Amino acid sequence: MKHLTSRSKIVSNKKMTFWERIYFPAILGGMWITFGHLFRKKTTIQYPEVNREFSDIYRGKHVLKRDDEGRERCTSCGLCAVACPAEAITMVSAERKPGEEHLYREEKYAAIYEINMLRCIFCGDCEEACPKEAIFLTKEIVHSEYQRDKLIYGKNELLEPVDPAKRIDVSKRQTPEVLEFKKNKRYKHNR
Amino acid sequence: MITQIIYKTLLASFILVMSLLVAMYSTLIERKVAGWFQDRHGPNRAGPWGLLQPLADGVKLFFKEEFMPNSADKFLYILGPSLTMFIALLTSAVIPWGPDLVINGQTYSLQMADINIGILYIFAIVSIGVYGIMIGGWASNNKYALLGAVRASSQMISYELAMSLSIITIVMMTGSLSMRDIVAQQQGFHWNILYQPLGFLIFLICAFAETNRSPFDLPECETELVGGYHTEYSSMKLGFYLFAEYINMFISGAVMATLFLGGYHFPGLDKLGLSPNVFAFVSFIVLFTKITFFGFIYMWIRWTLPRFRYDQLMKLGWKSLIPLAILNVVITGVVILLNQ
Repeated sequence: MKHLTSRSKIVSNKKMTFWERIYFPAILGGMWITFGHLFRKKTTIQYPEVNREFSDIYRGKHVLKRDDEGRERCTSCGLCAVACPAEAITMVSAERKPGEEHLYREEKYAAIYEINMLRCIFCGDCEEACPKEAIFLTKEIVHSEYQRDKLIYGKNELLEPVDPAKRIDVSKRQTPEVLEFKKNKRYKHNR
Repeated sequence: MITQIIYKTLLASFILVMSLLVAMYSTLIERKVAGWFQDRHGPNRAGPWGLLQPLADGVKLFFKEEFMPNSADKFLYILGPSLTMFIALLTSAVIPWGPDLVINGQTYSLQMADINIGILYIFAIVSIGVYGIMIGGWASNNKYALLGAVRASSQMISYELAMSLSIITIVMMTGSLSMRDIVAQQQGFHWNILYQPLGFLIFLICAFAETNRSPFDLPECETELVGGYHTEYSSMKLGFYLFAEYINMFISGAVMATLFLGGYHFPGLDKLGLSPNVFAFVSFIVLFTKITFFGFIYMWIRWTLPRFRYDQLMKLGWKSLIPLAILNVVITGVVILLNQ
């Protein structure tokens, strides 16, 4: 007989034998299997106490990077907001005043930079769009909240600390080509 | 006389509190065991090892919205869960929980009522049990609830026959309908399960069906009937239905332990020469362990077997269990006759 699909199966309608019909051997077999599971290692990870091991390139909470001198890298160009498929990023730009050179790397900076974590889908497109290496996704998790507005993260939550010891290392997220490029101090980008 | 009344009141309250506590913690153990069978931990956040989980569940059920469908029959709607709970608690009256206590030279029985038709009483009460479900399902005025209730009643009626027939052999062997006599006759290791393995098996299967436990939980049957007979129930009324199921499990475990596993008897226990009260206490623990064992079997089966189809359920009840039970009665009768 020609089958209509490649997935068709031949169904056997064979009569069950006496042992199969009284079910008991099968039931006892099933009980033996479930009993074995009682003593198995539990697969649960007890979350708040134990954390799952994340990959180095896990796409979690964002970080706004500073450069080596502790100045914000973001120039508020808006490319991340344009790239964002969920339209989660909003920003307000401002001009750097004289005397603020130690705070902002370039003449323009983001006065307000907000990511709505409820909208964000953690795709990493902002990270890819950024020409200044200012925004990265990290291994950190965005925790749940009881109020929605608490999940709109501003610069307070996103910006990395100035203290060099508390900086967030993102070098593992970058391809070898990028790391090689960054060694070249001829470009202003890397200085 | 007065002391007897006080004692009986105390015993009744003790049994009541015990049944409720056991039912409460059965829910926790059920979820724990379910977790272990599925390689999980089960609830472990409320208190140490999740010990406060039943309390949390109870509080939750109490504070949930009390919902009643507009088209429901108000009186019957409330009567349903109340009746189920009431009847679930009634059965424990005839179960002998242990040998007699001796206080100030007076003996006190650890059985609420030693009526000479103990088994008949249990069957009568268990049969009324279906009314709670039937009334609840009918009063909800919901097709799923009604289907669940219809299933529950026909299932219970079908399995009651085989259940009673399997008990008849015990009655034939003991020559008495009193629970006390049946336990006394099993002293030492003369447990009925050794003489009536087939009867025990039939009784066990029927007990699963009578308590609406998986694989015979067709009356609730979440996959087809939403929640079955308690689809329209919420809050503590639902809590009563769920609670009654666990009390039924506990009591049916007690009945099975009493009828087949020697009740509070354990081989060699009566030869240790313990003082009567200590002996009563240890015997009670023995009975309780047996009941716990049955409780575990209930859960074990639940997380092993899939639900029966309805026609399979009926076929098993009428075409397999009842003939087997009748055969068992005949064989027992012949053996008793030959031994005379």
